[in-house]
Formats: sequence, C-alpha cells, structure tokens
Amino acid sequence: MIRFVPRERTPLWLTLAVSVGAGVVALVLTAIPLALSGAPVLQAFLLMAQGAAGSGFAFAETLTRATPLIFTGLAAAVAFRAKLWNIGAEGQLYAGALATVALGAGLLELPPYLLVPIVLIGAALAGAALLLVPVLFKMRFGADEVVVTLLLNFVVLLFVQMMLEGPMKDEMALGWPQSAPVLDEAALPKLVSGLRLHGGLVLAIVCAIALHVLITRTVWGFRIRAVGENARAARYAGLPVGRAMALVGLLSGGLAGLAGASEVAGLKGYLTADLSPGFGYAGIVVATLANLSPLGVIPAAIFIAGVFVGADSMSRAIGVSNYLADLVVALSLLSVLVGGLLARFRIVLVRRETA
Amino acid sequence: MWAALDILTQANFWAATLRIATPLIFGVLGALLCERSGVLNLGIEGIFVAGAMSGWLAVYLGLPLWGGVVVAALVGALFGLIHGLLTVPLGLSQHVTGIGVTLLATSLAYFGYRVAFPNVATPPRIEPFPPLDVPLLRDVSFLGPVLGQQTAFTVLAFACVILLAVLLARTPLGLALRAVGDNPEAVEAQGLSVVGLRIGAVMAGSALMALGGAFLTLSAFNAFYFGMINGRGWVCIALTVFASWRPGKALLGALLFGALDAYQLRLQTITGGAVPSQIFLMLPYLFSIAALVLVARRADYPRALMKPYFKGQR
Repeated sequence: MIRFVPRERTPLWLTLAVSVGAGVVALVLTAIPLALSGAPVLQAFLLMAQGAAGSGFAFAETLTRATPLIFTGLAAAVAFRAKLWNIGAEGQLYAGALATVALGAGLLELPPYLLVPIVLIGAALAGAALLLVPVLFKMRFGADEVVVTLLLNFVVLLFVQMMLEGPMKDEMALGWPQSAPVLDEAALPKLVSGLRLHGGLVLAIVCAIALHVLITRTVWGFRIRAVGENARAARYAGLPVGRAMALVGLLSGGLAGLAGASEVAGLKGYLTADLSPGFGYAGIVVATLANLSPLGVIPAAIFIAGVFVGADSMSRAIGVSNYLADLVVALSLLSVLVGGLLARFRIVLVRRETA
Repeated sequence: MWAALDILTQANFWAATLRIATPLIFGVLGALLCERSGVLNLGIEGIFVAGAMSGWLAVYLGLPLWGGVVVAALVGALFGLIHGLLTVPLGLSQHVTGIGVTLLATSLAYFGYRVAFPNVATPPRIEPFPPLDVPLLRDVSFLGPVLGQQTAFTVLAFACVILLAVLLARTPLGLALRAVGDNPEAVEAQGLSVVGLRIGAVMAGSALMALGGAFLTLSAFNAFYFGMINGRGWVCIALTVFASWRPGKALLGALLFGALDAYQLRLQTITGGAVPSQIFLMLPYLFSIAALVLVARRADYPRALMKPYFKGQR
C-alpha cells in the first residue's frame, strides 16, 4: 500500500526541483500532440528555445513579455497565499490600463517625475477597486469570489470596448477602436535603446522584492499567511481577518492594475481591446509554478514568457500553430500541482500487516 | 415603450430563449452533478470548448450527428477523469486544478483545430441538426413556431433534466451521490467507494458540460469559432448556486438567463444604437453575478464541497 506522509518541512532544493521538473514534464507531454500533428518535434523545440533565448535580442523580447506576467503572477501569488481565489487579474489589468489612459493621455499636464507616479498609483487603485467588489461580496454575502471575478473579466472587457468606441476613442486613429496615445511625460522610460524593454520590468522586480519582504518579514504578512492557512483559527486567535482580506484584495488587484499600466505606458503607448492575450490567466500559472513565492514569480514569469515568445517565433518559421504555447502553459500548471505533492508529502510504501 | 413589451409576445423571442438556454441547461446540470458529489469543476469553460470542437470535428469527418454528440460526451468525460483523478484521490486544490483543466482543454481544442485546418479563411461548415417541425404541433398557434424551431438536441437537454432529477431523488445511486457530497464518512461506512463515486460523478458531469458545447456547433451554429464559448461555462457555475443544486431549478435558471439574453439582443435593435451595444452585452454577466450574490447567503452548499476525503483520516 502507498501512503502519503506529510513532511515537517520541505527542503528548498526540492521545491525548486518540483518547479523545474514540472516545466520539463510539460514540454515532454507537449511533444505528444506535437508528434501527432506530424510536426518535426525536435526541430520545433529547438526553434522555440532559439526564439526565446537564442540571442540577446530574443531574450530581451522574452523579458519584455515577462514584465506583465510578473505583475499578474504576483497578483495571483499574494491572493492565493490568503486563499482569496482572484481569477480576475485579466479584468483588473484592463481597469489599470483604462486608468493609465484616462490620466496619462492629456488630462493632466505635469512633468514626468509627477505624472508617472500619478498614473501608476491611479492604475493600481483602479485594479484594486475592481477586486474589492468581489472581496466585499465574499465577506458580506458569502458569494464565491471565483465566479464573480471571472464574470467581471467579461464585463470589464466590454466596458473597455465601449470606451474605445465612444468617449475614449482616438479620432486620429482612422476608425480603429483605440485610445489616444499617452503623453511622453507619462511613458515609462526605455531601458536599452533599440530594444522594447522598459521601466515596467524594473518596477515589477521591485514589487516582487517588496512583496517578499512584506510577506516574510512583517506582521501583516504573517496575518495574510495565517488567514490562508486556516481562516477560522486566525479569527479565533483574534486576527483581523476582514482587514487582512481587504489588504490582500488591494495588493492583488493593485498589482494586476500595474500590469495594465506597464503594458500601456511602457510598451504599447495606447490602449486597444486586445492589449492582453490572457496575461491575467497566465499569472495563475506563473504563481503556481513559483509555489506562491514572490521572488520565485520572476523566473517562473520568464519561463512562461519564453514559451510564448519561442512558440511565436517557431510558428513563423515552420508554421506549427502557436497555440502550442498555451498547451505548454496548461500542462506546466497541472504538472506542478501534481509535483507539489512530492514536495508536501513523503511517499512511503507500507507492507500490509499480516494477521 | 410598447415596442419593448411587444418583444415578449413574439414567438421568435421565445424560440431564441430556448435556444440560448439549451447549452446552459447541460452546463448547469453537469456542474451540479459534480458539486453534489463534493467536487467543484472549474474545468467547465474548457470542457465546453473541447465538446464544441470535438463533436463538430467528428461530424465534419463523416460521423452522423448523434455520433458527434457521443464523441463530445466521451471527450468531456475524459477531461472529467483528469479533473477527478487530480482532485479526488490526490486531493489537489479544486480551484487551481479546474483552471488548469480549462486551460488544457481549450488549448488542445484550439491546437487541434489549427492542425486540422492550418489556413482557412472561413470556418468549414457541417449540416447541423434540423428543426423538429413536428407534424401536428406545427399548426398550433404560437407554441408551434416556438417549439418547431428547436432541434432534437434541445429535447435531449429537457430529457436530461428529468433523468437527473429522478436519478438524484429516487434511486439508490442518487442517494449515494448526494451523501458523498454531504457526508463522505457515512458513505464509506456503508462500504461504498467515495473515490469511485466522486470520480464517476465528475466524469458524467463533465460529459454533460461537453454536450452544452456540442449543442453550439451541432445545432445552434454549424461551425466552430475561436472564443465562441465566451464565458458560458462560468455563467453555469453561477447559475448552479442560483439553482440550489436542483435539476428543476437549474432548468428555470437557464431559461431565465436565456430569456434575458434573447431580450437584450432584441432591445438593442429597438434602441437603434442610442445606447452602446456593450451595455446590453454586459447584462447577462451582471445578471449572473447578481443572482449569485442574492442567493449566496442562504445557499445550501453540499456540505463536503471542496473538502477532499482521505480514507481513515478525519
């Protein structure tokens, strides 16, 4: 008989091995549908690796793609730590992007050192406000936040389309539904000339470090973890569960909002309704791969971004659909979930007792 | 003003209500079957996509329409098996696993479609289920046109409501399924397998979800489009709470939602662009959220929902 015996503590190397192993297993499993489709498997993977990290330019592109994923990964990590199932990062990202355009595309004319922070704070607040609604519904009415956050994603996207076809439409854009461009004073600086890398990456890394410190070194971090481990015990121990949940909501929604600001003010320059190809949902995968560790989110986001960038480049070269990337991402999530069991439990073979 | 009320008297509106409600009936029945056994299945959105794609592809490749229905159900059950294995014996987070199943099913369906049709400008079509057009019913005023426009697939949905209601309320299997979602220890004490019952329920429920997807490609439309599910699965999860996990109320919830959706579509044409169309399109989602929030307080959740069960552990 096989028994799962809980481990007292998981060594760091094992946690890391599970995450890396999950990525490898996902790639191996992806080879099956890839082979069935008749594509050259090895060549496809080689082209993906080259496309993601084969040159400085390619890797810069991967880091650019990783930037929003770090933000949404952090958003999922902090929420899931407290067992607040925020699946609405996609909508919160768009709320942040809307706020960025609303504040940064001409409403305020200020020097960059004022306008950039104002835009970022506005975007974070917009994302946070959007998540506070489901958190309130959860605390007040006991409504499941998963469904509410998921459904709000569709509402927000429709709202964005409405704004882009109406009040926020750029009349100069030849009929395309897109917003006016953000002012130069609101734009995040480019990091290296000639590359698309922008200040959003630095901000994302700073956020990851700050969140790490908050969770591991502060009282509020302890409360967040306690609420996640056992909300009833936390309440019994007199912890302010409601306020801890509200804080988690603010942080998670705010981080997702920053993803939107970073994409608009750092990369695209204006808002369209196809700003995010599912960064919000991919953030859940990033956070799970990182075992909900804020610092782990950075490499996990780079891996997932590499898969997307690599698959795009491979798809252009040999015409295999880039939906392959989504397949790798989905399989990574399921692999790391199963692998996580190995980290949390010792698997022991028990001989059946003979009477 | 009268025009807005006049919509309710049109046979066309009621026919559309039934058409929009049908996939949701399957979805809510599937979700409530899973949840009654104690397992939340957020794979629903992806299983809808996989059911829509696989059922349609099977018919496109030459199977008869009912063959496509069976294929979709089998594909759904397969994803249910994955979700069941990960969440029941392994006890993994039902939330995150469900999202994983949705991502997996969606990406497999999209990838498969792209492999089968690398560069098509317009989606290939099939000959979908024909309208029923029952000889005697045809001549009945109002009811004739409303029901005559429906297909055999919608009849199947109504049959499933009755079957599931009877199964849950009147059979020993139904009793065991309800018990396993409320009190798995008691089921174990009866010598029944908690793991077996739960995995079976998730597989059957997922098969029903896949039928909801297949309805869209085999009956409502005649082709598969990317993004055609567009949150229908998530809506079903909300409607399941609204329906308090009862098949009869599930039918009611799906019909209400269908009516609202059909109504907003017609209201859009009446207002003639004075109100942005997105406002109307938001209504079904906002309605689902409102329905969930309103009933959440007194919702009678299956008591062991989302609680993994391990033999010999309490």
